[in-house]
Amino acid sequence: MSAQELLALADDELILGWRNSEWTGIAPFLEEDVAFSSIAQTEIGHARAWYELAAKQLDTDADSLAFDRQPGEYRCAPFVELRFVPDWAQTIARHWLYESADAIRIQALMQSDDSQIAGLSEKIDREEAYHRMHADMWADRLREEARFQQAVDELWPYALGVLEPDQRDRLCEAVSRDPVDAVERSTHTGELAPLWEEMTMVRRSVPGASW
Amino acid sequence: MIWEIFRQEREGLPFQHGGSLDAPNLAFAEAYARELYGRRDESFALWIVPREAVDEVRDPYVADVFDRDYRRVDGYSLKVKLKEARERAGTAGAG
Repeated sequence: MSAQELLALADDELILGWRNSEWTGIAPFLEEDVAFSSIAQTEIGHARAWYELAAKQLDTDADSLAFDRQPGEYRCAPFVELRFVPDWAQTIARHWLYESADAIRIQALMQSDDSQIAGLSEKIDREEAYHRMHADMWADRLREEARFQQAVDELWPYALGVLEPDQRDRLCEAVSRDPVDAVERSTHTGELAPLWEEMTMVRRSVPGASW
Repeated sequence: MIWEIFRQEREGLPFQHGGSLDAPNLAFAEAYARELYGRRDESFALWIVPREAVDEVRDPYVADVFDRDYRRVDGYSLKVKLKEARERAGTAGAG
């Protein structure tokens, strides 16, 4: 797997984890606050693992890849950049669509000839099983809600952009939707730059420091 | 809806009350119970019970109006009874 492909994976997980962590302390109720924060944290943990693999190829370290690149250098899908606080319906719509897409991606990576990639994917998948359980229970609960349905409609082209074109049919099948033109990974939304500002603020405040 | 969570720390140990949580249905209760009581591998198994299913009995002591304290788990007050027995034995021995 190329470093750029690893970075795409890692950036998706880091930025989504970061967006989900914006709910910490303000989720709809306490149990959900704990659960959603925990999911955000494991996404960032997965990002770290992928960055470490990329860092070996690029002769750098995970922190530098996560925080020292310019916003334009990130390879994440526009889908994960969108800021939804305080809209829980949109948040759950993305969570459910992302986990559905991520399951397809991880399944494929578990078949990788590279034993390091396959092994890491298997480990990550064990945690993702909980994410899927959580996403599915919420999707079941909100399925009849107009706000949730509208959010899924709006986000669907973005969700397709998480996957490689040859994997998208499987996502259509998984969430029972028709294919549309995807919002592709090569572009960024206007919401990435402010996120990046905040995410890298402390690290940039003391360049070159060890923490 | 409130759910009571019981956790078994290791296989074979009795389940003990771990705490309670708020969740709209069993699927949510299970997800939150896993998160709150299972995430750190601190439980072998969990019981998830709707609070309404728990029948709480207040003041469960059945009054013993007759002197049947031998039924009680705290047993006899042997000290007094032994003292009395020794006194009787001492009297008998002297007589």
